[in-house]
Amino acid sequence: MTTIPTPIKPWKATKRERLIDLSIFLLALLASYLVVALTEMKGKLALFIVFFIAYMLFTASIKGLKLGSAAAKDAVVNSLVALGAIVTVIPIASILFTVVQKGLPGISLNLFVSDMSQATTTDPLSNGGLLHAITGTLMLVTLALIMSVPIGILTALYLTEIKGRFTAPIRFLVQAMSGVPSIVAGLFILSAILYPITKSFSGLMGALALTILMIPTIARTSEEVLNLIPNDLREAGVALGGTQWRTVAMIVLPAAKSGLVTAVILGVARIAGETAPLLLLTGGGDKVNPNPFSGPLGSLPYYIWKSFNSGSPEALTRAWAGLLVLVGLVLILFTMARYLGTKKVSK
Amino acid sequence: MTTIVPPAPREITTEPRPSDKVFRGLVTAGGLSSLLILGLIAVFLGYRGFEVLVQEGFGFITNSDWSVTVDENANVIDSNFGLAAMLVGTILCALVAVVIALPISVFSALFLNFYAPDRLKRFLIAIIDMMAAFPSILFGIWGFLVLMPTAEYWAKLIHKYLGWIPIFDLQVPVYTRSPFVAGVVLAIMIIPIITSVSREVFSQAPLDRIQAAYALGATRWAMIKSVVIPHGRNGVIGGAMLGLGRAMGETVAVFTVLNIVFQVNWQVLLGAGGNVASLIILKFGEANPYEIKALMAAGLILFLLTLLVNAIANVIVKTTGKSGR
Repeated sequence: MTTIPTPIKPWKATKRERLIDLSIFLLALLASYLVVALTEMKGKLALFIVFFIAYMLFTASIKGLKLGSAAAKDAVVNSLVALGAIVTVIPIASILFTVVQKGLPGISLNLFVSDMSQATTTDPLSNGGLLHAITGTLMLVTLALIMSVPIGILTALYLTEIKGRFTAPIRFLVQAMSGVPSIVAGLFILSAILYPITKSFSGLMGALALTILMIPTIARTSEEVLNLIPNDLREAGVALGGTQWRTVAMIVLPAAKSGLVTAVILGVARIAGETAPLLLLTGGGDKVNPNPFSGPLGSLPYYIWKSFNSGSPEALTRAWAGLLVLVGLVLILFTMARYLGTKKVSK
Repeated sequence: MTTIVPPAPREITTEPRPSDKVFRGLVTAGGLSSLLILGLIAVFLGYRGFEVLVQEGFGFITNSDWSVTVDENANVIDSNFGLAAMLVGTILCALVAVVIALPISVFSALFLNFYAPDRLKRFLIAIIDMMAAFPSILFGIWGFLVLMPTAEYWAKLIHKYLGWIPIFDLQVPVYTRSPFVAGVVLAIMIIPIITSVSREVFSQAPLDRIQAAYALGATRWAMIKSVVIPHGRNGVIGGAMLGLGRAMGETVAVFTVLNIVFQVNWQVLLGAGGNVASLIILKFGEANPYEIKALMAAGLILFLLTLLVNAIANVIVKTTGKSGR
């Protein structure tokens, strides 16, 4: 009779080890609580730091006693690494929590159907709304899309399909362009177009600045996506007698469709909340302006900025409500990009 | 009887078809647009700011006065433009941000790559990427209303215990709206950037050597120290410099939390700082045409500064993987 050995999993923690881990955790908690209660160090921050140091010391000493100094160092780094992740996440959680908590009281239907032409930011919340800002932001984003998508995708195509002699410098320049401060983009449009040519604020000027900020995001993400398209597809296209133009237009681009949409959405998310160039260029009207080519155009960031700077509690609530709408927009865009981006490259 | 005439030999050419020529021309033009835009930015800002740059000369970056006097007819009588305080402030805030953000980002990138369970990893990557897309005005307002009281308290603690270090010293106890506070806000903004660059370079660490390290009995930290860090060091430095560039160009978030003072100040905790981008927003509203030119020149300096930092960062990131072999 043969005995079937039960599989052992030596890498799994035994009950005893888990118990030790848990007791270290509780001990550290207790120690930090005692330190905070008995000494003059007070507050949540002190509790957190003392707990962390205590936990690190306890685990390190136990591992060190059992397994030697290498294991002790490993335990210290374990704690540090976890701390790094926690510290990274805390601000995100805090920001989202604050926006929802402070923004929700300001959200009402009124916000989405009226503009600020009959109201000032310090009025009670029942007066005026965000309509001009929402339509303005939509127009700005649409205009910026119309200009930046062709340029961004053409740049990506140059880097992946043509690979000519400018490939290295263009890749470098696109990287450099993604680091252009938004205020500089605004100043550029101001100096190159607004002052010499149009001489007045308009949505188009803002959209031009946003285009400059959006091109690198779209180009870089599209490049990554196009690089993922297997070369077999291109070779098959050429082997069937297609010219390069037909191969790219009818095989490569359709295959990369969802990825390219992701790239565009990420570009929109990047610019939707951009404030500085709009402060310089759009003029920020309070009325719904259906024409982005002339006259001041309101936008969500401008509205938030204006409300925030006028200082009264009502205005502050307006600013938070505007932020909540803006963050909601960015979140929706981002989720869409994630969803499309994780889908497999079709066909 | 019919003779079979062999078809005439076909001319083979590498000359692209007309449609392809158009296509290639179009795509190349699109690709070169980034060069065009960057060039135009430098040209136009330089052109507009030229007058001020010539008049102020080298003093534009070594003086720290910013004043313009006009008579009743709005003619400029006297003007002094100097960016020294703003440049020092910009660099100071950005450095504070990088010093805070770098260790946190490296640790969290290590956590994401080598410690986190798969599901947690995917979730964390999603929210960290999302944070990178948050609008800067959000960081600014959140920083002003939520973070600033806490950050001031930290500043007091730092001054109390580390005040003997010159940069943490303080003659006047004014902690509000200091470069330190702005640096903390900027740090939170650039953590996602440095984290994702570091994560990327760490994940390229060669698997064979990781497994070799484990096979030799290395602990996780020993493996990271001997394989991952040497491999990714340059990438992390490059990522930090990308973060630095972003922090130097940030406008709205800094403007909301920083007190702009036209005096060179190296004391991180003192509530008086400077920032080129914020200066532009601050002065733009009431500026006369001549001052606008000075602001253009300031924009040019900022543009060149961030371009330089970004260029160095990209060169460094690119050398990753060649080291440590």
